[in-house]
Amino acid sequence: MHDGHDHAHPLRPDRDEHPGYYQVMATALRELLLEKNVFTAEELRRQMEKMDERGPHLGARVVARAWADAAFKTRLLADGPAACRELGVDIGPTRLVVLENRPELHNLVVCTLCSCYPRALLGLPPDWYKSVNYRRRAVREPRAVLEEFGTRIPDGTAVRVHDSTAELRYIVLPMRPAGAEGLDEAALAALVTRDAMIGVALPKAP
Amino acid sequence: MRRAHDMGGLPGGPVTPEEHDYALWEKRVDAMSVLIGNKNIFNLDEFRHAIELLGADAHEKLSYYERWVYAIAHNLIQRGVITVDELGRRMTEVEKTGRT
Amino acid sequence: MTGASAAFAAGDAVRVRRAFPIGHVRAPFYIRGKAGTVERYCGEFGNPEERSVMQEDGPPIGLYRVRFRQAEVWPDYRGRPEDSIDIEIYANWLERA
Repeated sequence: MHDGHDHAHPLRPDRDEHPGYYQVMATALRELLLEKNVFTAEELRRQMEKMDERGPHLGARVVARAWADAAFKTRLLADGPAACRELGVDIGPTRLVVLENRPELHNLVVCTLCSCYPRALLGLPPDWYKSVNYRRRAVREPRAVLEEFGTRIPDGTAVRVHDSTAELRYIVLPMRPAGAEGLDEAALAALVTRDAMIGVALPKAP
Repeated sequence: MRRAHDMGGLPGGPVTPEEHDYALWEKRVDAMSVLIGNKNIFNLDEFRHAIELLGADAHEKLSYYERWVYAIAHNLIQRGVITVDELGRRMTEVEKTGRT
Repeated sequence: MTGASAAFAAGDAVRVRRAFPIGHVRAPFYIRGKAGTVERYCGEFGNPEERSVMQEDGPPIGLYRVRFRQAEVWPDYRGRPEDSIDIEIYANWLERA
């Protein structure tokens, strides 16, 4: 459905023709900060590029390796940042915790206070993750929210919500779907959606 | 007192899987805030605090990055990096020239 | 409490203080007064309540990931009794339960 990496979304109008109040303020702030040498235009450009390069494909690589390599999975669950570094995925200072889904446990991530998100591995969050309705309801009625995403958790599976409001950042390690045995890592990664790593969806079937 | 941003567990409507590709100005605001943090101009908690001070209707009236712009401006003024006067004058100029 | 690192260990029963000050607080409203179990100690960090008002030189405080039973958090919770919620709580908000 809305897994964030196989279809384009409409570009919200940039409103450059008639910039709104806060867009005007954003331009004014950028100009003032450049003039005051708080940062350079080059630094700003590089930071934008760096963020553009981040996205669910990074998380998908990590998940695919964990599906393919049990020893890596153990290291990933024990020390997320170190395991990402092993794959050459630089997550900076992010204190990453990887939450393993198991037949008896499904994990779901939210931030009720703002919208903390594992940006280093998944890029910028989707709008619904930041929405009032998700932030209000994910902690109290996670199963109902999951159903709205078309995700049915078996009755025998417990649901654990992670309200990510402080220093750690979380991604979900989904269960490898049936029929994925023998696929190579690239093929496995293609099954891993952003929403599966937030915990609102399950990976695609091969 | 429960404050407006602290909304976990309140009743809400359906979660609609909405998203949009971020616009250039939003990406710029995002990048500015990261650089400001990296350079210790102000800290993340000040930033969050400023957003929280926007109050109850901010989530309806302002978009996500509009709230960020407000918070960045608020904290830069508080830290003495820019003045209210500078910001006001520059905004007038930006608006007049249509610069983005 | 402030500055006391690792005052709790994994498995300790704790309760989030029931308090409602103004200011920038990272302990969500819905979890105040609720009892849970320490899942892990996360290390020491600057106190967000102080940092939010530009007081950046205070001692770091411990942070704990605490696991709560959903049935304990929401009296009308509809789900399985094993359902749980994990939240990181700063040491100054925790007391022994």
